[in-house]
Amino acid sequence: MELNKDNNKSLSNAGSQLSVEREVVIKTDKLTKRFGDFIATNQITFEVYSGEIFGFLGANGAGKTTAMKMLCGLSKPSSGNATIAGFDIYRQTEQIKRHIGYMSQKFSLYEDLTIVENIQFFGGIYGLSDQQLKTKSNELIETLGLQKEANKLVNSLPLGWKQKLAFSVAVLHEPRIVFLDEPTGGVDPITRRQFWDLIYQAADKGITIFVTTHYMDEAEYCNRISMMVDGEIKALDTPADLKQKYAVSSMDEVFYELARGAKRNE
Amino acid sequence: MKQFITFVKKEFYHVFRDRKSLMMLFGMPIVQILLFGFALTNEIKNAKIVICDYSNDVTTQQIINKLEASKSFEVQRVVSDHFQIEKSFKSGDIKLVIVFPENFNRDLLHLNKAQVQIIADASDPNAANTLTGYATNVIRSYQQELSSNYSAPMQIIPEVRMLYNPQLKGATNFVPGVMALVLMLVCVLMTSVSIVREKERGTMEVLLVSPINPVLVIIAKAIPYLLLSVINLAVIILMSVTLLDMPVNGNIVLLFVESILFIITALALGLLISNSVESQQSAMLISMMGMLVPTMLFTGFMFPIENMPVALQLISNIIPAKWYYIIVKSIMIKGLGFASVWKETLILTVMAAVILVISFKKFKVRLE
Amino acid sequence: MKSVELNNIVKTYNKGEIKAVNNVSFSVNKGELFGLIGADGAGKTSIFRILTTLLLPDSGTASVDGCDVIKDYRTIRKKVGYMPGKFSLYQDLSVEENLNFFATVFDTTIAENYELIKDIYVQLEPFKTRRAGKLSGGMKQKLALCCALIHRPNVLFLDEPTTGVDVVSRKEFWEMLKTLKQQGITILVSTPYMDEATLCERIALIQSGSIMMIDTPGQIIKNYPDKLYAVKADNMSRLQNVLRSNEQIKSCYSFGDFHHITMDNVQLTVDNLLVSLQNEGLNDLEVKEIIPTIEDCFMNLMSS
Repeated sequence: MELNKDNNKSLSNAGSQLSVEREVVIKTDKLTKRFGDFIATNQITFEVYSGEIFGFLGANGAGKTTAMKMLCGLSKPSSGNATIAGFDIYRQTEQIKRHIGYMSQKFSLYEDLTIVENIQFFGGIYGLSDQQLKTKSNELIETLGLQKEANKLVNSLPLGWKQKLAFSVAVLHEPRIVFLDEPTGGVDPITRRQFWDLIYQAADKGITIFVTTHYMDEAEYCNRISMMVDGEIKALDTPADLKQKYAVSSMDEVFYELARGAKRNE
Repeated sequence: MKQFITFVKKEFYHVFRDRKSLMMLFGMPIVQILLFGFALTNEIKNAKIVICDYSNDVTTQQIINKLEASKSFEVQRVVSDHFQIEKSFKSGDIKLVIVFPENFNRDLLHLNKAQVQIIADASDPNAANTLTGYATNVIRSYQQELSSNYSAPMQIIPEVRMLYNPQLKGATNFVPGVMALVLMLVCVLMTSVSIVREKERGTMEVLLVSPINPVLVIIAKAIPYLLLSVINLAVIILMSVTLLDMPVNGNIVLLFVESILFIITALALGLLISNSVESQQSAMLISMMGMLVPTMLFTGFMFPIENMPVALQLISNIIPAKWYYIIVKSIMIKGLGFASVWKETLILTVMAAVILVISFKKFKVRLE
Repeated sequence: MKSVELNNIVKTYNKGEIKAVNNVSFSVNKGELFGLIGADGAGKTSIFRILTTLLLPDSGTASVDGCDVIKDYRTIRKKVGYMPGKFSLYQDLSVEENLNFFATVFDTTIAENYELIKDIYVQLEPFKTRRAGKLSGGMKQKLALCCALIHRPNVLFLDEPTTGVDVVSRKEFWEMLKTLKQQGITILVSTPYMDEATLCERIALIQSGSIMMIDTPGQIIKNYPDKLYAVKADNMSRLQNVLRSNEQIKSCYSFGDFHHITMDNVQLTVDNLLVSLQNEGLNDLEVKEIIPTIEDCFMNLMSS
């Protein structure tokens, strides 16, 4: 597929910690989802590599959410194939769920549980042992500097803290891939950057990041990004190459160039 | 005025586009009536009974045979001590116990009269009523046979005892109860939910920041439910008259006017609830727990109020449905006119007025 | 007369436990496009709700179009248009039904003020029988804007109209606001997107209930206290670590494909910096002085 021709280039661009031989953790082949006559996602084909930060962009209603649901094993595709962390998207959804993490702006943590309780609950779901849970939650609370707040209810935290905590909880069980659905919406600019620091740390540990965002500067932080328009992937490349290809200076303009032609509504 | 009409129109759109609620709105009274209708069917077959025979003579044997021959009964056991009686009822499937005292035959022959006791489980009053009737009939026809054989008239005197529900509140009491229940549910639940929905969706915010008078918002909300409730009422009455042979002995116009008064009271209650809650869920919960349960408990159509502790009897007075229930029973069953229900009507009117005033006062012109 | 005026407004929740608005004062001129820029929870919505008479302030005074927000709330409600942050139209009513309803609520008709909403409404017209709940995000915003404008308000309050909307729809929305401004309507808009700040005439940067700065975007940028540089290298995350551990670098934030830094210019020059970065083994280095964006200014104010 022509969109993938620059894979090697993107690898070198992604940084020195990445080796050239890279494992594919998400692989889709003509993945399609229809709702009646409406084709929400139309034959999308792409690969995401281990440890990569992959930006999944698109206009409202372009089919991002539908695609993401399929990849998380929440929705069954109409046709096409995909493997997530080596597991088949049709038959092995349980294994897929065990090896991914998920965080969205809308739902992340239980507001009426304390920070420690949330960590233990979500850790427990993924079958961490008591010993693991204890070390992990201490580690996490320390990294985030939440020692004083550890036994406070989540709803007493500022939004930025919640988002950071939610992300840390989503990667607690060291998933192969973590899916982030607009994780930084509405967060102040400094906290937003701290959030991205966490993303980089996770990626350095080899966790693949699959992220959607409305902030175009964040698109630049991704190793590669894909752009969905009207259910199809219209572009997939490194931010630098996309800007070059469309002869513009910012991702904002790339997005505008691509999405302007969109015909479809949600 | 035009604002008001548009508002009402909008509310009707909401109602008719929400198919599920609409189904519930009209399905519920129909289901309720049908359910109670089944409870009211007067033919009972093969009811299990127990005979307690202290006499154990020819006559009692003959009566037992007659009972057994009847399609209505199935004699489960014949026992001879009264401890067994209560045990039989407690076991649940025994509906009736017939007790022949000692020396039944001798009394009958020598004194020309004898007593038989019929004890029924009246927790299902309709069944109890019907079954005691059947049993009395069987005994009476046996008595007639006997009398034709002997010259002297023989008398068997059945003594009926109802267990668990001596008042024998029955069939006709349910329809007015269902009416009160359904109207309460529709009005309180639907109005409170529909107002709270506007709060939840944020549309209330926009309405508040508009020149429209909040009172108008409220009244416009209430109108569709008032209308739907009247239709509901008509359906209930029609069904109970045609399917359940309920009488409407009194003035039907009066019945509707009184019902509208009750509906307004319920709408006001719904409004009051919506003022103090923020989510549809809590509106629903409060309507169910706070309105439905007391209506069922304290109206008197399921549990006789007279048997309750004084404290509960006093509480029952603040339940609007209690007064409506009395009014409906008086008009529908007893065929009484306004002169006999003016007191209850006055109480309902005062209740409606007080609740309305409170809820208008409490209606927030701001978000807090 | 100012169109909107706030004096020392304070608003707390939970009996004073949460301070949502902390002694805020500002004013908006007639016909101005004024932006309230800040993250979620900064107090934007509380300010909007106080101005639209939905909330009472704990203390302080405020007026809209010459009317006091507490005493004259009924008059204000006739004169303002308000679009709350959450999409707040009737999802089960069609586009046309919604518009008609709101026109009647404000005691007017679509025809009466058609001129004002024409440009926006023509885009909605093809979907006018569609239920509002089935519209796309961008279309919903347009319909909500139409409904807020239907009575030709003197002041228009738009609470985060572009949150969650994609770049294309956001651009369109701001174009519409520019057209409206020409009609003489005062517009107050709030947004968490810093890049939208430059589209306003004046902005207030708000954080944790307090206003950090109010001015024109140009002036705010001019007031940026330091020289700002953009730095790039082959390995951006390593570059960031190196920059952060350098004590002469006062601030370092990633910004798209560059890191934006300010430095202690007495001790460090661009040339020195380049040398020290090269010594750290970083290649393809690029350092240039740049004009700050509003986001740079915001972060600078936040951390000072």
